[in-house]
Amino acid sequence: MTEAPVRLTDAAIRRQMLAEFWFYFRQNRGAVIGMWVFLVLVFVAVFAQVIAPHDPTQQYRDALLIPPFWQDDGQARFLLGTDAVGRDMLSRLIHGAQYSLFIGIVVVAIALVGGIFVGLLAGFYGGWVDTVIMRVMDVILAFPSLLLALVLVAVLGPGLTNAMIAIAIVYQPHFARLTRAAVMGEKEREYVTAAKVAGAGKLRLMFKTILPNCLAPLIVQATLSFSSAVLDSAALGFLGMGAQPPASEWGTMLAEAREFILRAWWVVTLPGLAILISVLAINLVGDGLRDALDPKLKRS
Amino acid sequence: MALLEIRNLTVRFDTSNGAFTAVDGVDLSVDAREVLAIVGESGSGKSVAMLAVMGLLPDTATVTADAMLYDGRDLLQMPVAERQKLIGRKITMIFQEPVASLNPSFTVGFQIEEVLHFNMGLNRRAARVRAVELFQAVGIPEPEIKLDAYPHQLSGGQCQRVMIAMAIASNPRLLIADEPTTALDVTIQKQILDLLMDLQEKHGMALILITHDMGVVAETADRVIVQYKGRKVEEADVLSLFENPQNAYTRALLSALPENATGDRLPTVAEFMAAETLA
Repeated sequence: MTEAPVRLTDAAIRRQMLAEFWFYFRQNRGAVIGMWVFLVLVFVAVFAQVIAPHDPTQQYRDALLIPPFWQDDGQARFLLGTDAVGRDMLSRLIHGAQYSLFIGIVVVAIALVGGIFVGLLAGFYGGWVDTVIMRVMDVILAFPSLLLALVLVAVLGPGLTNAMIAIAIVYQPHFARLTRAAVMGEKEREYVTAAKVAGAGKLRLMFKTILPNCLAPLIVQATLSFSSAVLDSAALGFLGMGAQPPASEWGTMLAEAREFILRAWWVVTLPGLAILISVLAINLVGDGLRDALDPKLKRS
Repeated sequence: MALLEIRNLTVRFDTSNGAFTAVDGVDLSVDAREVLAIVGESGSGKSVAMLAVMGLLPDTATVTADAMLYDGRDLLQMPVAERQKLIGRKITMIFQEPVASLNPSFTVGFQIEEVLHFNMGLNRRAARVRAVELFQAVGIPEPEIKLDAYPHQLSGGQCQRVMIAMAIASNPRLLIADEPTTALDVTIQKQILDLLMDLQEKHGMALILITHDMGVVAETADRVIVQYKGRKVEEADVLSLFENPQNAYTRALLSALPENATGDRLPTVAEFMAAETLA
């Protein structure tokens, strides 16, 4: 706090902030591990076409329910075995990573944008605007999230896009509440009054003055919701309301494999493990972000 | 003609216990290039009156006045857009907590350049140059470097200098300083006051100084208004106020200055007033 600021270019300032962030983030070992796992996941998803040994929908009729290669009748060309119609598990899991990341990003983006906008309005204007918005949010929160998502998908019709929209609507109140609380805290601060004196309009006050100061909890909530979104979409897929076969979405894969639980453990265990690992990794990153972004935990 | 003239200003707040009158029929006027001090204890309505002028009070407040003339034009009658143009350009204000008055998410340079960009219509490069000039004018060392600092990297005194730089950026004709030195330690207080007086003289601004520090008043003001419980109890030029206070409350306030202490402890304002009514 006391060291004299040195002359820096914009890029250098950004680099310095990043370095500071990394310093705090690194102290949480779980978060760092989670981040590496997540980066691997991203890499796999981006280069799925290149990495995957087989086409995820190609059915090898001569190789149904082949176990992973380390078991006695496993085959080297299907490293993690095949499913009931002879599709390569590894390739399907790799392509499934694409779905999961895509779902996470889209859901969080929709929920975040909607939640921030609604929450800002409620927190900034207060009064009846606040009451109306927050009571609607309360209604949404009153439903168990998966149940509401199911109802929404049932109304909209099954499919990946509708599942994503449904999950985003279910998550939106969390963001709205968080934004509202942060905005209500910030809007009484003197710098907001000072900005008002300087002639800032309402929109500018909301989005440029107040919002940047409310972002830290939102970023954390966004990462944590990312993993829940993956999980919920898998659940919807499992119930047959999300991605439809033959999509290699992990939840859908689980659903298709249900009847082989006793005969072929790999067709259920592997997609489950994939979901578990990715959700765990993202949650760890979220925890680390919270530690790194919370100014109260910083030594200044 | 006075630069700012307010007649019979009343501010009421709706509270859960009914209406509360924070400012009750206050008249005041400031001439161009004049330093007016408004003194009074906490809750005497001195800040609220000025916030009413700036239009910064919350919706629960009702502001009424017979007249609130800036340069002969009534602030309460004019369209909102026109008032917006005056506030922040011709009438500016600085606050008590300098660090809290700056947005923690942006560098101070960005914030002052934004003001210059929007209120003065300067482009980015011109704004930068002007910001450096302003920082020099308010006595911030190494202005080019300090522009890239975030508020938390600066001290309270430096933040107040940044706020002053922002306030004088548009060459205002009236600067309202709401307890500008209360949050600062004594040596910095002196520097900030000197800076304010210096700028006031150089730019020919009028300055309204809200304070409860009689020492500050004696050092800076031309004229003083004493406020008590939302009412103006005395108005005088600074010399006659200190030499010959007319109102009992003013006398009580002055007698509460540490250098006027007789005996071991200072009398409170209430004690002093009670004693005076007996005598």
